[in-house]
Amino acid sequence: MAFASALHCRECGREYPIEPNYVCDFCFGPLEVTYDYDAIRKSTSREKISSGPMDMWRYDDFLPVSRENAVNLGTGMTPLLKADNLGKMLGLNNLWLKNDAVNPTYSFKDRVVTVATTKALEFGFKTLACASTGNLAGSVAAHGAKAGMETLVFIPANLEYGKIIGASVYGPTVVTINGSYDDVNRLCSELADNHAWAVVNINMRPYYSEGSKTLAYEVAEQLGWRAPDHVVAPLASGSLFTKIWKGFNEFADIGLIDAVRTTMHGAQAVGCSPIVKAFDSGLMHAKPEVPDTVAKSLGIGNPADAYYVLKILKETGGSAIGVPEDEVGENMILLAETEGIFAETAGGVVISALKRMAKEGRFDPDETVVAYITGNGLKTQEVVASSVHPINIEPNVEAFEEKVLGANSN
Amino acid sequence: MASRRVKITFPEVLVGRPLIYKLGSMFDIVTSIRRADVGPETGWVILELQGEEEEIKKAVDWALEQGVRVDPITGDVIEG
Repeated sequence: MAFASALHCRECGREYPIEPNYVCDFCFGPLEVTYDYDAIRKSTSREKISSGPMDMWRYDDFLPVSRENAVNLGTGMTPLLKADNLGKMLGLNNLWLKNDAVNPTYSFKDRVVTVATTKALEFGFKTLACASTGNLAGSVAAHGAKAGMETLVFIPANLEYGKIIGASVYGPTVVTINGSYDDVNRLCSELADNHAWAVVNINMRPYYSEGSKTLAYEVAEQLGWRAPDHVVAPLASGSLFTKIWKGFNEFADIGLIDAVRTTMHGAQAVGCSPIVKAFDSGLMHAKPEVPDTVAKSLGIGNPADAYYVLKILKETGGSAIGVPEDEVGENMILLAETEGIFAETAGGVVISALKRMAKEGRFDPDETVVAYITGNGLKTQEVVASSVHPINIEPNVEAFEEKVLGANSN
Repeated sequence: MASRRVKITFPEVLVGRPLIYKLGSMFDIVTSIRRADVGPETGWVILELQGEEEEIKKAVDWALEQGVRVDPITGDVIEG
């Protein structure tokens, strides 16, 4: 059952009832869900969780809605794979990859959207909406279809056609907007304020973002009920990063795992790296920028949770790594070739940051390092297309021996 | 009467300018600051603008022309 008791302002601490609200009336700070942790402590246990469903809803005691009502496509409990090949290359004996590329719509967004959609239905909304350049659009469209809701997806008009199809196939109303990135942002924010829609990352945001905590719960359980020594995760709005941290700490507070000593590291591609730049300059607030990166799923120029990410980085002694754009595709390929995982560009960013930190000796070789792979490479194939070179032959053995075996023996 | 909640971010060259005062004096709107962090190199102010929709729009357009950023307080709402 759900133990959410209130919303509280992350800035001034004021409390609000559980409603479709996302900002403090007093200081305009973001709202976050508060739980009755004493009740959770009494209700939950490792055994109870382990005997739950094989998806993220096994952790529903820690979510703002209960699993009985969940709009669930089977999200979560994705593999945590020991990366021996990549680990050997980087000198890491305990490198693990949390592969969220295998969720129902092929990204971690299903975790947040399943929670937001369930809560939207509970609040009585008829329409589900989002503004997206990719993964979120597909996930919202799929969950809207499953929930039988009217679904609206706003996307920039210049988005690649493949991504438009990826969302359109589920039957939402897809609106393509002309204008700059900032124009699209501004319009969507205004529309959300003036319509009775559940916009997953605006008025549903306090609930939506809670879904990302399951990325921490699953890793803790899959590691044998402990938090890793290091986490390397991508940074976009910063929500995923802060919720992974919150998830580990909630598990520790409830007594499911020991105290958390995890060092948190975040990664962005340099074409959109406001959090990395703030970290490098010693600032606690990111300066907004216009994204220009191949890692489009990380292209958030004005990240809502930058301050909270910077705070966690500081508290845990972590680092924020800016990855050169040309390393993104290179490291998508490295991950595919060493571990058999085809990750989207955000995965290339994470692996590139991981490599750099390993080279700089930031990890002890025996420490447990978990890198989060948040989306599937099939969505961003264009980034690695030029690196793919199939061998074309005529249909005879001689051609095979000459062009394939001959080429391989050279 | 309409209301818009925005975050204004100042580049270094504009940090010393009384932009919020001018918004209130040049346009028929009320400005209500809720949070701010202004230093010598950069600064941001989160505030509410109240007035007629058209007047708020004119005020925001003027602020943008001066070279500051005006964003929704949600940060970017368009996600990957």
